[in-house]
Amino acid sequence: MRDIHQELEDRREIARLGGGQRRIDSQHKKGKLTARERVELLLDEGSFEEFDMFKAHRCTEFGMEADRPAGDGVITGWGTINGRLVYVFSQDFTVFGGSLSETNAEKICKIMDMAMQNGAPVIGINDSGGARIQEGVASLAGYAEVFQRNIMASGVVPQISLIMGPCAGGAVYSPAMTDFIFMVKDTSYMFVTGPDVVKTVTNEVVTAEELGGASTHTKKSSVADGAFEDDVEALAEVRRLVDFLPLNNRDKAPTRPFFDDPARIDESLDTLVPANANAPYDMKELITKLGDEGDFYEIQEDFAKNIITGFMRLEGQTVGVVANQPMVLAGCLDIDSSRKAARFVRFCDAFEIPILTLVDVPGFLPGTSQEFGGVIKHGAKLLFAYGEATVPKVTLITRKAYGGAYDVMASKHLRGDFNYAWPTAEIAVMGAKGATEILYRSELGDADKIAQRTQDYENRFANPFVAAERGFIDEVIQPRSSRLRICRAFASLRNKKAQNPWKKHDNIPL
Amino acid sequence: MFKKILIANRGEIACRVIKTARKMGIQTVAIYSDADKHALHVKMADEAVHIGPSPANQSYIVIENVMKAVRETGAEAVHPGYGFLSENSKFAQALAAENVAFIGPPVGAIEAMGDKITSKKIAQEAEVSTVPGYMGLIEDAEDAVKISNQVGYPVMIKASAGGGGKGMRIAWNDDEAREGFQSSKNEAASSFGDDRIFIEKFITQPRHIEIQVLCDSHGNGIYLGERECSIQRRQQKVVEEAPSPFLDEATRKAMGEQAVALALAVDYASAGTVEFIVDGDKNFYFLEMNTRLQVEHPVTELITGVDLVEQMIRVAAGEKLSIKQDDIKLNGWAIENRLYAEDPYRGFLPSIGRLTAYRPPAEIAAGPLLDNDKWQGDAPKGKDVAVRNDTGVFEGGEISMYYDPMIAKLCTWAPTRDQAIEAMRVALDSFEVEGIGHNLPFLSAVMDHPIFIKGEMTTAFIEEQYPDGFEGVELPKKNLKRIAASAAAMFRVAEIRRARVSGRMDNHERKVGKNWVVTLQDTEFVVKIKADKKGSTVKFDDGSKLRVKSAWTPGDSLATLDVSGEPLVLKVNKITSGFRMRTRGADLTVNVRTPRQAELARLMPEKVLPDTSKMLLCPMPGLMVKVDVETGQEVQEGQALCTIEAMKMENILRAEKKGVVSKINAGAGDSLAVDEVIMEFE
Repeated sequence: MRDIHQELEDRREIARLGGGQRRIDSQHKKGKLTARERVELLLDEGSFEEFDMFKAHRCTEFGMEADRPAGDGVITGWGTINGRLVYVFSQDFTVFGGSLSETNAEKICKIMDMAMQNGAPVIGINDSGGARIQEGVASLAGYAEVFQRNIMASGVVPQISLIMGPCAGGAVYSPAMTDFIFMVKDTSYMFVTGPDVVKTVTNEVVTAEELGGASTHTKKSSVADGAFEDDVEALAEVRRLVDFLPLNNRDKAPTRPFFDDPARIDESLDTLVPANANAPYDMKELITKLGDEGDFYEIQEDFAKNIITGFMRLEGQTVGVVANQPMVLAGCLDIDSSRKAARFVRFCDAFEIPILTLVDVPGFLPGTSQEFGGVIKHGAKLLFAYGEATVPKVTLITRKAYGGAYDVMASKHLRGDFNYAWPTAEIAVMGAKGATEILYRSELGDADKIAQRTQDYENRFANPFVAAERGFIDEVIQPRSSRLRICRAFASLRNKKAQNPWKKHDNIPL
Repeated sequence: MFKKILIANRGEIACRVIKTARKMGIQTVAIYSDADKHALHVKMADEAVHIGPSPANQSYIVIENVMKAVRETGAEAVHPGYGFLSENSKFAQALAAENVAFIGPPVGAIEAMGDKITSKKIAQEAEVSTVPGYMGLIEDAEDAVKISNQVGYPVMIKASAGGGGKGMRIAWNDDEAREGFQSSKNEAASSFGDDRIFIEKFITQPRHIEIQVLCDSHGNGIYLGERECSIQRRQQKVVEEAPSPFLDEATRKAMGEQAVALALAVDYASAGTVEFIVDGDKNFYFLEMNTRLQVEHPVTELITGVDLVEQMIRVAAGEKLSIKQDDIKLNGWAIENRLYAEDPYRGFLPSIGRLTAYRPPAEIAAGPLLDNDKWQGDAPKGKDVAVRNDTGVFEGGEISMYYDPMIAKLCTWAPTRDQAIEAMRVALDSFEVEGIGHNLPFLSAVMDHPIFIKGEMTTAFIEEQYPDGFEGVELPKKNLKRIAASAAAMFRVAEIRRARVSGRMDNHERKVGKNWVVTLQDTEFVVKIKADKKGSTVKFDDGSKLRVKSAWTPGDSLATLDVSGEPLVLKVNKITSGFRMRTRGADLTVNVRTPRQAELARLMPEKVLPDTSKMLLCPMPGLMVKVDVETGQEVQEGQALCTIEAMKMENILRAEKKGVVSKINAGAGDSLAVDEVIMEFE
């Protein structure tokens, strides 16, 4: 019997070494951790339970039968993050460059099926050279099996992708369909076709980093939701994100003990909105002063900065925040910001995360690049997302809420539950100057008259009270008491039940 | 006594005067510019009058506007504070013409002392010791060079009407004399509208020590000891204390008596300050007399128990001094630190913007002011330590580009100098300011500097001790250990809370461990934590132990701890695997990891920051005044590249090393943000 026990330990020992010490050292030399080390850091210490440690490929082409390492280049299993169940797969670059084989895909599919069945998030750690070429179509089939499960899991359990090395070709489409993608600066890249092919086809000379590095995908393409300095930071930050997320779509947003008084009055908010209506201010200050302990997990921080999306907690419970940022492009809506916010709102709605919307929006960005780019349909995405969302929705207008953008930003008309405004709010079709120039076109030559008209318009409409008279604003509140009011609003909505009519699925303007 | 006074000033000094007036039962009127509409002094005063646009030369120093406010409100007297119109004899005359009392000295005294050349002559006549120098006015740069040579280098070139470091230059040779003359003249013209310049011997190893005098209009005068103000940056005071650690009783008496003699020689009647420069052998020379309430007056109040503002008001109302020279006893020690909106890491450049956080330490009343019932604040009474914070701002307020960048004057008092310094260290650690750059870390560094601790500073202290500017503080290992123990205990508390999130697998919860590895300032500590209800015992791998007790909970931005019986105050921000902690002027990234996490973290490569050495970055938000170089031009180290104007000060940016300009991204008139690339070099 001793020998049998020993054999298990020996086999485990070999499996744990993956592609061997030399490749592990090389991985470390590149500033990357191994697949196993990553899982270790992602999960609570000692909580990882592995599946299919000894699974090996069945390929017999190109001499592959001679090399059948245990585990076949991906580590799969489950464990906990702060005691909460998650499923994880981690591609092992030291084994066949982490390439995806038929058996390797089977392992991933197994834990995805388990995650769906048991209602827990899936976290995928990507570090792979791509398809296992030796296996041909079997490898492609493997990808597609994973894709299909990504699609089925979407909106059922949260799916998070970490890109911690190469992720190219068809491989990118699995992360692309997950809820969040995070990259590691300098050591990860993602693209459909690599620099060599790009050069052959389009004659463009571009490095892998420029084409698909963390900076490209967080700032330009918006493919990635965030980027971190190194593996250790990335994994710790994903743990932090998981703390905010429900385990599945039937779960409530998580809560945890909190040390920040919901009734905390913050007088400094009274002076947040500057006297000059065109002067910017930092909406992030409001977010961190409203939320518990100033903790805010921002999503897509470096893309479309005119809108802010992320998670905070109120009374210990997760709330998704969407906020116009007056510091960038005056906080206007455009193609990028609409897409960014729409996707975030839909994530929150899918997973029962209440949404707080902070509004200071002068309207949609005008211009040919916007119209040619289809701002009509992209803007409609955000409108659609807010309108279909059935989670608790609390909206606070701090300053401008002009035109169609007012409607879009979780207005009362889109089934907002609580629509608050600060006394500094201006809810109108447009700014006073623009409105006067249209209404009094004939008087444009007379500067004094126009100034008077502008003043009149401002006096009449540049306030929250016209909207409040109509009931479009439920209450005008003092900035200092915003945290208390918003906490109470969400508290009252904890048992909210709202349902959309039955449909196979909607037809959001993609 | 007056029923209503107007305070012709803003900021902390306006607030300070209002406090005393209120205590005396006098109604107060504040004045404010556009930028100060929501300022603290406006909120504190009984009435407030708008007096013009934001720039001071269109509001606070426009005599007619202030006079209008006086007339409108029926104020019987005006306190001018410091700066602005405080030493403007025309203003005093305008008030006199309308029978409004000026809470300050008579016009004659302002005029006599306001001009540095005249004041020196009067001082000489009153047998006050003066600095050798040239008393006449200087015609041009060449004249300046000639006179500098006669006096002998080094020389100080000063604007006759100057103050607060403006219009002052030190020259060590002919070139610097020429350049210094021109820039002093320009600055004097723009700041004071008076470009007269004079030159005097620059005293080496000098200390700046000043005597507080108080005179009434009945010919009585006393002195209230001295203030040591040697710690200055570009002639702007940063740290003051009373008494001076340098003076002996005989010198103090001699200086005090000369100061009173000078004041009486000009029929002085109010609070005033006679500034002396004192050399290493305790020879003292008269520098100038400030005919107003001095910024640093609180340290005198704290050791004498005399409310100087109250005395000024009483004297202005014609009362006789009720305090005699013999009544003045110097009791204990007081330190003042000036908190400026200046970024020490960027060469002390002015910083403006919104105070997203402003939480000064709690004020505590103790010492002579309390004994004499002259305490201004609502602070609770303490025993051996007083904390006083004179301020004119609040959280959510704005530091505007239009005025002085001083945010607050933090003072501590204690029976001994060492105790007062220690109290100041704790107070500085407890002071939270966010949103703008500020000099808190620098002040903390000074409080821990051996030269300051020994009391051996000269006016060259900052220049000599921080020749390349301030780059933060490296803490001694003993302090690191205390911080590491605290961080580990705090991190564990935060992790235990994280592990209590809803949705856990029953019976399979995360168990937060006892073993941690803490890294900070390139030092690693391996610790084991044993926690109980009262605190945590942190055991280090060398066997030593520290006991950490604190009421800190996750999210608190300030941690007040007791580490084995000694206090520790940390400013805390959560970061991914630990905290950013600030204490004693150090800004620390403290990582707290499990042993396994720490082992893996060691494998991570060190990231190098992008190379900005070949770029000229804009050090502060400001306006480009002019660009001095062209693309393709070779520049030498120290050569002026461009001039940026920020907060009314012109800052010349110079080449750090020899190079060729390859690209210029900004032109005159452009407004620039911090770190914007102004030009690039090959």
